[in-house]
Formats: sequence, C-alpha cells, structure tokens
Amino acid sequence: MEQFLQQIASGLANGAIYACVALALVMIYVSTDHINFAQGEMAMFSTYLSWQLMTWGLSFWVAFVLAVALSFVLGVVIERAILRPLHTAPVLSIIVVFIGLLAIFNALAGAIWSYLIKEYPSPFPKGSFGIAGVIGPHQLGVVVVTLIVLTLLFVFFRYTPLGLAMRAAAQNPQMARLVGVRVDWMLALGWGLAASVGAVAGIMVAHIVYLDPNMMGGILLYAFASALVGGISNPAGAVAGGFIVGILENMVAFAGNQIEKATGVYIIGNGEKLTVALIIVIFVLTVKPAGLFGRVVVKRV
Amino acid sequence: MSDAKKWVLGLIAVALVLPLLKPVLPDVVSDYRLFLISTMIIASIAVLGLNLLTGFNGQFSLGHGAFYAVGAYTAAVLMDQLNVPYWATVPIAAIVCFIVGYLFGLPALKLEGHYLALATFALALAVPQILKYKWLEGLTGGVQGIVLPKPEVPFGLPLSEDQWLYYFCLFTMIVLFWAAANMLNSRSGRAMMAIRDQNMAAETTGIDIALYKTVTFGISAAYTGIAGALSASAIAFVAPDSFNIFLSIKFLIGLVVGGIGSLAGSVIGGIFYVLVDNSAQALSQFIKNDLGLQFDLSAYAVFGVLLIAIIYLMPMGIAGGIYLMWHKLRGAR
Amino acid sequence: MAAILEVKGLKAFYGQTQSLYDVGFEIENGGITTLLGANGAGKTTTLRAICNMVRTDGTIRFESREIRGLATEEVVRLRIGHVPEGRGTFTTLTVDENLRIAAYTRKDKAAIAADLERVFTYFPRLKERVQQQAGTLSGGEQQMLAIARALMLKPRLMLLDEPSFGLAPLIVVEIFRILRRINEEDKVSILLVEQNAALALDLADHAYVLETGRVVMSGPSSVVKNDENIRKSYLGY
Repeated sequence: MEQFLQQIASGLANGAIYACVALALVMIYVSTDHINFAQGEMAMFSTYLSWQLMTWGLSFWVAFVLAVALSFVLGVVIERAILRPLHTAPVLSIIVVFIGLLAIFNALAGAIWSYLIKEYPSPFPKGSFGIAGVIGPHQLGVVVVTLIVLTLLFVFFRYTPLGLAMRAAAQNPQMARLVGVRVDWMLALGWGLAASVGAVAGIMVAHIVYLDPNMMGGILLYAFASALVGGISNPAGAVAGGFIVGILENMVAFAGNQIEKATGVYIIGNGEKLTVALIIVIFVLTVKPAGLFGRVVVKRV
Repeated sequence: MSDAKKWVLGLIAVALVLPLLKPVLPDVVSDYRLFLISTMIIASIAVLGLNLLTGFNGQFSLGHGAFYAVGAYTAAVLMDQLNVPYWATVPIAAIVCFIVGYLFGLPALKLEGHYLALATFALALAVPQILKYKWLEGLTGGVQGIVLPKPEVPFGLPLSEDQWLYYFCLFTMIVLFWAAANMLNSRSGRAMMAIRDQNMAAETTGIDIALYKTVTFGISAAYTGIAGALSASAIAFVAPDSFNIFLSIKFLIGLVVGGIGSLAGSVIGGIFYVLVDNSAQALSQFIKNDLGLQFDLSAYAVFGVLLIAIIYLMPMGIAGGIYLMWHKLRGAR
Repeated sequence: MAAILEVKGLKAFYGQTQSLYDVGFEIENGGITTLLGANGAGKTTTLRAICNMVRTDGTIRFESREIRGLATEEVVRLRIGHVPEGRGTFTTLTVDENLRIAAYTRKDKAAIAADLERVFTYFPRLKERVQQQAGTLSGGEQQMLAIARALMLKPRLMLLDEPSFGLAPLIVVEIFRILRRINEEDKVSILLVEQNAALALDLADHAYVLETGRVVMSGPSSVVKNDENIRKSYLGY
C-alpha cells in the first residue's frame, strides 16, 4: 500500500512538471496556432542559466527568480525577432524554424556548459518536510511551487486588465485590435510567459533527472501527451492532463513491476515510459483530437 | 536531350570513374574519402525519402529517423541472425519499411500540418527507447547494438572494400532516383503534388487521396529505410542511441537546405549535412585544442542557425537558388 | 463646424483585388452620416479602410490628423469606435469582461466606472446579464453589447456596420433610438452603414450613396429621402 502511495506521490510530482510544460505549449498554441517544438530545449537552457547564476554565488531562489525573468525576456525576443516576421509564412517554414531553435538551444547549452551530466541542488532540504515513506520534500516542494505558479497565472489571466487583453487577443485578434489592444505585443508577452513557465518546470525537475542538455526530451514528449489529453486548446485542460498523465505513467510502470514480481515476466517498466507517451499521443490524435476538455476545430476551406 | 539530363549523365559518368582514380591520386581519392562519399550517397537517399513525403506530397514528417532505424535494424538482424547477404538486406528492408510506413500513413490521414509533425516528432523521440525494449533485446542486441561484417568485394574484383561499397551505394542511388523521377513525372506524381498544393481541390478531381497519401508514406519510408539498410552495411554497426531525434533533424536540414520538392535538392541536402557534420567535429576539436576554449561546439548549432537562415533567405533551398540563377543567366528565351 | 472625419480619393484592396476606387465624404463634428448602397458597393470596406483593416490608398483625416496607414489598434486609440459586421463580441468572455476590455486603453478609473453605469442605463438588459458569457446572448443583446463596448472606448466617432442585420424590428427601433441618444447626449459623431436605407435616412443628417466602390451621390438625408428617382435607382424602394 505504501509503495502504491509513493507511486501516486511521484506521479503527482512528475505530473506537476508535465502540467507546467504542457501549459506553456497550450499558451503558445492558443495565441498563435503553433506548436512550440523548442519548448523543452528552452526550458533546459533556462535551467542552465539558473545553474550558472548559482555557480556565480547567488542563492537558489534568487537564481530561480532571475532565471525565470531572463527566460521571459528571451521568450519575448524570440517571438518579436524570429517568429513575428514569419507570421504569414507557410506552416512547414514555421515548423522548420522551431526545429532550428531546438537545435540551437541544445547545441548552445552543450557548447557553453558541456555535455557532462551535472548534479542540480534541491531547495527543499532532505527530511525537512513531507510524509515519510510516501512523498519526499523535493517532490512535495515541486507540487507546491507548481500550484503557486499556476494560481498566480490564473489570477493574472482572470482578474487583471492585461490578462484580459491577452485572452481577448488570443480569442479574436481582429476584434481585440478594434478595442485598442496591441495584439502583436500580446503575442510576445504570451511567449514570454510560456518561456517563464517552462523555466519553472526545468528548474524544478533538474534535481530529479540531473542537468544535461538532453534532459527535457522525454519530458517534452510527456508534455505533448498531457496537452493532447487535456485538450490542446484548453489551458486548464493542459494542467489537468499533466497530472493525469503523470499518475498514469507511474501506474503503468508500477503495474509492470508488480506483474514482473508476481510472474517473473517483464512486460513494461521504467524503460518504456517514452513509448507509453508515444502511444498516448497517437491514440489521442487519431481517436479524440479534442482531448478531454478541448474543442474540435473545424478545418476552414 | 534536355540540359538537365545531360548534367545528370555527366555527373554519373564522373561518379563511376572516380574510385578508379585511386591508384593515380591516392591522397585525394583515398579509401576514407570514398567512404565519406558513400555516406553522402546514403544521406541523399534518406533525404529523398523525406522529400517524397514532405516536399512532393505535403505531409510533414519530423520522424524519418524512425524509418531509417527500421531499415538499419532489419538489415542488421537479417545479417546477424539469419546470415542473409548484405545485398539482399536492402530490398527486404525496403519492403518492411514500406509496410511500416503505410501502416503509419493510415492514422496520419486524419492529421494535418502541425499535428502530423507532432505525431512524427513524438515517434522520433521514442525510437531509441523502443529499440532498447527488453523483449527485442534478443534480436536487437539492446543498448550495445550489433556489430556487422563489412560487405565483401564480390567476384574477386580488384577493388578495396570501400571502393566496392561506393559502387554498391551509387548503383542503388541511381536506381532509386531514376524510379523516383519517373514516378514524379507520371500521372501519379502529379496527383501526389496536387494533394500537397490544394488538398480540397484535389479531392474534386476524383483521385483517391487516401490511397495516394498512404502509399506515398510507404514509399517514402521505404526509401529512407533503404538508406538505413545501406548504412548498417557501411558503418558495420547499429546501436539504438544513434537513431535519436537529432537524426531526424539532420534529414530535415538536408531537405530544407537542399530544396523542398527537388530531386537534385535531395542530393545536395544529403551531401551538405554529411559535410557539415564532419566539419563540425573538426571545428570543435580546433576550438578545444588549438584555441583552448571550453566550448563543446556541435554541428547542431550550425544546423539550427542554417535552418532559420534558409527559411528567411532562401526558402527554396540551394537547389531552388541554383535553378533561379541558371534561368537568370540564360536570359529570357 | 469642422469635419471630424474627411475622406478623399480613398482606394482599398483585398490582396490584388481592388474594392474601392474613389471614395470621398465628410462627417460633421457631432453629426450622423450614413453610407448607403447595394450589397458589394463597398460600404463595409470603407469602414474597414478607416481602421486600416485592408490595404488602402488616398487620404483619411480624423480631427485634422492623417490616419491612413496607422495600425488598427492605434486608430482605435485615437477614439474611433468600430462596431463591425457580425457584432464581434468576445463570445467566451462575459458581458462584464467584454465591457472592461474596451476600457483597457483608458486610465481614468472613476470615469470608467461612471461610463459603465451610463452604458447600463442605455442598455438595462445588459446589466441583467452582466456575468453571462457573451456567446449566450440573443442577437439583439449582442448588438447592444457591441455598441456598449464601443461606447466604453469613449469614442469621438463611432463606425457602425449594419447594426440592424438579423434583428427583429422592435429591437432595431430601440437600438436606433439609443444611437440618437448617444449622438445627442455624449456628442459622439456617427458613421452608419446600413442596408435598411429608410431607417438610416431617418436617423442620419447626411447620406452618401456608394456603387461599386465610388460615391455616386450625396446630400442631406431629407433630400435623399424624398427624391423618388434616387430611391428607386440606388436604394431599391
């Protein structure tokens, strides 16, 4: 029973990370109709930034806030400088540019900080809090931080004028212009926020998966699965999807472990997590593209 | 005979003669260089596969590395477990990959634009893990991969292994490109491109879109799978981690830089990414050893910048650029 | 009185296709002007051209300032409220949010609150539905919301594109009555595009008739209303 609860707890912690990255993906998708294939690498790069800041002597949380802020700026710059000029280009061109960004961020991180795997500290000291045997301090901390970030975002979008303007711009850009909203800047801000949320995810997960330029690949795949499960046009759905997928991932591995223990037959375990994510992605895309909470978009002729 | 055909025949003639110059120019036409050109030939075939699907038929694939891997592992397993001769692995890999591609093409019918890109991207991310699956380990050799014998020179011909490999790859390439050219010039080819250009309008002409799309997926996978099978023999080794997302990114580079929707572009693209890959290593060494900088530069920094630059400056790729220049030079006729 | 809006030699293009060839008109400060004409004459395009939603050439001067070529949102920030064809309400936002978003560009909190109250006196039905999603409102209510939202911009000029479209006659009469109130009480100049010429001529002081992208006649609405030839040739009644 305890092991089962551990798996749930671990699933929640992973799910929190997936929820953040999925939310970043959905934010960009809702405002620009594009899928940011480079989201994972951007988050990884932000994490390296925070690591560098800590190496230069800053404390964890100061480095965290600074890295998140820098990521915001980076997101805005990328949208304005690289993506805005292409907004009428064909879809393939834009996808290619995203892949280009992916490659650049990955190579830059490897170039600047090398491909050696590094340890990344946790701001939640061992044994400080958590439920013994069920959920450790870092995992609990990840869930709490994620919930705080998500709450802040919710409050921002729901109750502030700027948040309202961004929602309007995403929903109906033409009409938003007709009430004076500078839609182009709203898109840039959306990118900035998405980059920040991604940075939070990267920094929180680095302690678990260790810091290395390729750390976010698998997580990105899971974030895609989460966003699709929740409904790629629905931010709240993305968050829910993240937690669902996180717990599902662990349950599958757990079940596989139990089966192996009982029968000695290995069907599925930790080594197949990406395959499970792939199956989820293909399944949702072909069977129920709108996910659990999204809307189906009709193709315009 | 048209100009383009003259060029192609000329290049083929040069390519055929090239290895025979080895005794005359041993430093220029070395075994290593021939091996390098063989990898470029393989790369061109792989890029052509992707081009058939994305460039000519409009279905985006960010995951062609998966088909390359299937081709490579099919060839490897056949050679390793069943002692199938290397030359027979190529057509068998083609058939296997066609089936896999066709099967993937079925659900892909429902996916447009970035959703298909997403699905294929997910596939590419998962490939190394799939290859390491415990139940396949007996076949695939797991994480350590499979070591393979290099193709033997047949009939006692006075050629080195690398010279023979070169001819084998070149022959395959000529056959494949010739077949592709014929297909693209036929009614089927026009149907493929009509689907790319205006899906809804194509429907009204009565062609069976679903059939064309899935079969094109199969053919495209087969081509890239053949490249994979060739690479298994060429490199004499397969291992799961070499078939990661970055392999698919390399194909994309070749596609975009060479020229989307261009046969010549596929060749240029293949040559290009192999060149950059190799030069990047040298450049990285230079930076580390000679400049003493702790800067682990990989080819992907260059690739990434180029992808974005090409989209901005030369969306038709190098092949497109040459085509435009050629027409400009010849003036208005 | 100086004209609040002057348009001269206006051309407009949708991509390569030219839609307006030579449109010119003036709106008096505080006046109501209507653009009439058959479908496809270019009435909606003219409104879009003023807000730079299509490619344009020519002169557009608002309060003596050249505005042709300014980004749509910048034109709006000069206090021009455009109520487009089809209302354009943000369907997933609430009535309250639709109104607040229009006040996004204003800083004067107290005045915004006062204007909100004002808008509710014009359209009491909106006050009843203030937390409802805009997409669930009836056609007439959505039109009211669209006008209310334009009012929240505190415009000096309002552009209205076919406000009567698809609405029951009683509602249309109510809306037009409110437009007159807005014009008189808030001193908002109005440019009205309408298919329903009779209604428009009752409200407006001045009328321009468009045909295939050109102004073919103009005059005070009293004159146009009573000229049978004009009515038969251009307005269909």
